[in-house]
Amino acid sequence: MNFDLTSEQEMIKRTLRQFADEVVAPGAIERDRTKRFPVEIFNQLAKMGVMGLPFPEKYGGGGADTISFAIVVEELSRVCGSTGITYSAHISLGGAPLFLFGTEEQKQTFLTPICTGESLGAFGLTEPNAGSDAGGTRTRAHEENGGFIINGNKCFITNASFAKHIAITAVTEVKDDKKEISAIIVPTNAKGFTVIDQYEKMGLNSSNTTELVLEDVRVPAQNLLGKRGEGFRQFLITLDGGRIGIGAMAVGIAQGAYEKALEYAKERKQFGKSISSFQAIQFKLADMAMKIELARNMVYKAAWLKDQGRPFSKEAAMCKLYASEICMEVTSQAVQIHGGYGYMKEYQVERMMRDAKLLEIGEGTSEVQRMVISRFIGC
Amino acid sequence: MNIYVLMKRTFDTEEKIALSGGKINEDGAEFIINPYDEYAIEEAIQVRDANGGEVTVISVGNEETEKQLRTALAMGADKAVLINIEDEIENGDQFTTAKILAEYLKDKDADLIIGGNVAIDNASGQVGPRVAELLTIPYVTTITKLEIDGTNVTVTRDVEGDAEVIETSLPLLVTAQQGLNEPRYPSLPGIMKAKKKPLEELELDDLDLEEEDVEAKTKTIEIYLPPKKEAGRVLTGDLNEQVQELVQLLHTEAKVI
Ligand SMILES: Cc1cc2nc3c(=O)[nH]c(=O)nc-3n(C[C@H](O)[C@H](O)[C@H](O)COP(=O)(O)OP(=O)(O)OC[C@H]3O[C@@H](n4cnc5c(N)ncnc54)[C@H](O)[C@@H]3O)c2cc1C
Ligand SMILES: Cc1cc2nc3c(=O)[nH]c(=O)nc-3n(C[C@H](O)[C@H](O)[C@H](O)COP(=O)(O)OP(=O)(O)OC[C@H]3O[C@@H](n4cnc5c(N)ncnc54)[C@H](O)[C@@H]3O)c2cc1C
Repeated sequence: MNFDLTSEQEMIKRTLRQFADEVVAPGAIERDRTKRFPVEIFNQLAKMGVMGLPFPEKYGGGGADTISFAIVVEELSRVCGSTGITYSAHISLGGAPLFLFGTEEQKQTFLTPICTGESLGAFGLTEPNAGSDAGGTRTRAHEENGGFIINGNKCFITNASFAKHIAITAVTEVKDDKKEISAIIVPTNAKGFTVIDQYEKMGLNSSNTTELVLEDVRVPAQNLLGKRGEGFRQFLITLDGGRIGIGAMAVGIAQGAYEKALEYAKERKQFGKSISSFQAIQFKLADMAMKIELARNMVYKAAWLKDQGRPFSKEAAMCKLYASEICMEVTSQAVQIHGGYGYMKEYQVERMMRDAKLLEIGEGTSEVQRMVISRFIGC
Repeated sequence: MNIYVLMKRTFDTEEKIALSGGKINEDGAEFIINPYDEYAIEEAIQVRDANGGEVTVISVGNEETEKQLRTALAMGADKAVLINIEDEIENGDQFTTAKILAEYLKDKDADLIIGGNVAIDNASGQVGPRVAELLTIPYVTTITKLEIDGTNVTVTRDVEGDAEVIETSLPLLVTAQQGLNEPRYPSLPGIMKAKKKPLEELELDDLDLEEEDVEAKTKTIEIYLPPKKEAGRVLTGDLNEQVQELVQLLHTEAKVI
């Protein structure tokens, strides 16, 4: 048993913490207000070699582990949830399926630009009528003349406006009422492919969330990702990794809100004393610190299991579920500790509370995580 | 070009300083590369990238200093040297550090040595100049620009906000002032490679130095925190009244006139 980070992980944490404080934090309120995507931050992260972090060097990646990935997501999310989700989705939804299921040629062609930051990574699973029940996919891909012709709609897809290509799921065949779902890589500039960036969201305002419309989009057969008919199994595996990212994001947002609340509580005087001297406030802060520590431990454990090549699906669901729920509690309490000021954008914590809500929904709702865990414990 | 950087591990400037038993309490404090030394590291890397050669970062410190040296390696330095004096020297001063560094550097044929202008903890600004004196090479402090052409060097130095341009030649020691450059963040490939880069660890023995040779020239009598700043007072009334009151207060309360 060893709870220490390695020297690389520690240096990654220190570097990204400094980068987040100096480069990401300053514009966070403004970006939330204007909904502007932070292109320049991702250009800098690309220059630092962070965009391909967990992927092998031969594709332009950094060869780091999943714990390091969780550390980067946490540090970015601590100051800006939108930057955190963009990065997390880029790696765990965009890059990971290409790395896990792609052929060597697909990795060279599609994973490399993701590692260098030339393209952001994105993953198109959710549809208007297929959310939690992702098997309800209606997007169809007909095979014809050695290629696929794809028709359908995807919704809530992160990063698609900045992606050069995107893996989507589609029904490739229906046999005896049973759908065969496959994953296919589609260039976003393909004819008939439209990316619509028009949602008005509750939070994560400067992240890019889009609708995809596919009308007779033609791609060559070699764009099939992984095995035909394995699309469902593949995205379940992809989501396991993504849940570590969401868990890390939750830890980061909670940590950011907690730090703000602690600092504020020490400064704010009411009844002639710092409010941090009131036990009611101390207990809130103590609970926050404890929950964040537990959530981070669970995120690290799931990431560690993944790095060891061991099963980690149950732990990934647990870390995502626990971290996202405590993140909601912690951010809400952080607003509470700030009193009326907490309700104002200037104090940052209200944004964190809005950003936090997505974590209980995206990459499997809390209910879905509980379904996954119940299955693992033998219900 | 053979480039050396002098680097110190210091307290994080954001850290609150606490005293215990007449000493600064280091428990749980964050330690960083002295910020001025970060400029030195960045400049050394840029000079190497433009002129070729090698950057070696040296630190006189303790076991913990390896962390900051690894960070310098992650930024792009080629080699690191840690002169660990933890077990041998309890109370060193600037003379101690400079003597050890000079002893290490004397046979290294350094073309360029870059240090920080001051270390933010003790802020003496002495180590760089002392090392240059001991090596009998020229030095220029608080530089904001460094141009190298063959062995000719043009240095711009900050003189209390004004700029002074100095022409000199290699070998040379300079100390970095804020504004010299914008230190880079270590890159991920840099971080992943840092552990594999050479880091040599030496002790006084390895430099043929005895404790007496480097004994501090100064003695610390007492360490205390500055008095708490009292809230200021804002004088009111028209200008004449304010001036009158101020003069009176300087007489009677502050007793400075
Ligand atoms: C900002 C944002 C970014 C996103 N990014 C992406 C992306 O990049 N790629 C992508 O593919 N998708 C993405 N999504 C989609 C996200 O994964 C889905 O919103 C999520 O899976 C929930 O699906 P749904 O919205 O259709 O809700 P529904 O599935 O309709 O769920 C509604 C409610 O019913 C509950 N529910 C559903 N089924 C059950 C059940 N069997 N038992 C109990 N309760 C149940 C749910 O828990 C939830 O509370 C994103 C969403 C958002 C908001
Ligand atoms: C949208 C909005 C509309 C408003 N409208 C009005 C209005 O019309 N008129 C008006 O007069 N005011 C108004 N307010 C102000 C509101 O009533 C105050 O914000 C509220 O009373 C809290 O005070 P505060 O913001 O100074 O927080 P603080 O009093 O500083 O409280 C900060 C935190 O410390 C806690 N705390 C404070 N003292 C103690 C203690 N002794 N023990 C334990 N915990 C303690 C609080 O519960 C809170 O969690 C409004 C505020 C908002 C945000």
